[in-house]
Amino acid sequence: MLLVGMKLTILITIFGLVIGFFLGALTGLLKISRNLFFRKLAGVYIESIRGTPIMVQVMFIYFGLPMALGMRIHPMMAGIAAIAVNSGAYIAELVRGAFQSIDTGQTEAGRSIGLTHFQTMYYIIWPQALKRMIPPLGNQFIISLKDTSLLVVVGVGELTRTGQEIIAANFRAFEVWLTVALMYLVMTLSLSRLLNYFEKKMDINK
Amino acid sequence: MIKIKNLYKNFGTLEVLKGINLDISKGEVTVIMGPSGSGKSTLLRCINRLEEITSGTVIVDGQDIMDKGTNINLIRTEAGMVFQQFNLFPHKTTLENVTLGPLKVRKMSKPDAEKLGRQLLEKVGLADKADTYPDHLSGGQKQRVAIARSLALRPKAMLFDEPTSALDPELVGEVLEVMKQLGREGMTMVVVTHEMGFAREVADRVIFMDDGIIVEENIPTEIFSNPQNPRTQGFLRNIL
Repeated sequence: MLLVGMKLTILITIFGLVIGFFLGALTGLLKISRNLFFRKLAGVYIESIRGTPIMVQVMFIYFGLPMALGMRIHPMMAGIAAIAVNSGAYIAELVRGAFQSIDTGQTEAGRSIGLTHFQTMYYIIWPQALKRMIPPLGNQFIISLKDTSLLVVVGVGELTRTGQEIIAANFRAFEVWLTVALMYLVMTLSLSRLLNYFEKKMDINK
Repeated sequence: MIKIKNLYKNFGTLEVLKGINLDISKGEVTVIMGPSGSGKSTLLRCINRLEEITSGTVIVDGQDIMDKGTNINLIRTEAGMVFQQFNLFPHKTTLENVTLGPLKVRKMSKPDAEKLGRQLLEKVGLADKADTYPDHLSGGQKQRVAIARSLALRPKAMLFDEPTSALDPELVGEVLEVMKQLGREGMTMVVVTHEMGFAREVADRVIFMDDGIIVEENIPTEIFSNPQNPRTQGFLRNIL
């Protein structure tokens, strides 16, 4: 039963982070774009997510939004959306930081061989920024994975929720919570191993 | 080849270039000297619009670079730029650094671009470093790759922004050698440098800048042995 919960946790994390990554990459790029409106828009999104607790965001997406829109939302979808929207804001800041850390000489060199602004970004800046992003990105992935345990409040049957249900039946809190904790640890450790592997693989000067 | 008329450039309230007039003809090697902050680098960067000019005109190969109809990306390929800090792409091999422009801007096929790339690396004496990443090269080697990278676009002129200033003294010679060869081959060059030997040997003209204007210009032998302006005299006394 715990394994079923773990599977759900992994699913929500993967979908949430994939969407969150694209959302974050887009927002991060908007934040450094030349267009003032886009910069403000990205800023409002990032600040409002960073400035509110994820628990409130989850409740808002699951209970608040459906009421305003007059439709029901599947708890699982709400969970994925919450992880995506939340991680997206933090990832946006990582993306922005990584891009800005690349020396302006790289852009100038790209432009001076006749590449367009977009080509310079795509061939020169992005690959270098991506490499610098990996360690902080790994950090965010692990945080988001653990944040899925908050989805307990909207009744998603992920790992923490399954743990609660088992305890409700057998009262063996110590064994169950210890197992749940170890299962989270297995997931986060595998994730950081995976990211380490990518980091090594991208290091051309190994 | 390059015509500059009444060029002004401000950074905020700071006037960096205060009315530059300069004509550079095809095949000419022009050396620009002057104290730091005199606007040499800014002038060079205005020629391929890495800096937006405040007023005046810059015409490269018959095209006004500020004209709306001008494709600035093409102008930049006609006037290759070599930077003080090399600015090689660290995630690409030496050969990939050189072939990126031909592949993406000139739309060359991969075999053609690689053939050209290897030829140019050979020309700058680095044929054996094609698959090396920039981090494993010395400063002098990096700068020679940077020159090859610019040449790969077959530019009509080359702009050098203090190309040897970031190099250890013993590495300066190898870079200057490549530049001299280019000059002898008839490349139009504008070089910001304090290398007097280079100026003497290759330059057709030396321009001395101070405080945003061209103070004096002459053929190298004249300007070095018989400078007219007191500011030029003072500057040359300090660097000799």
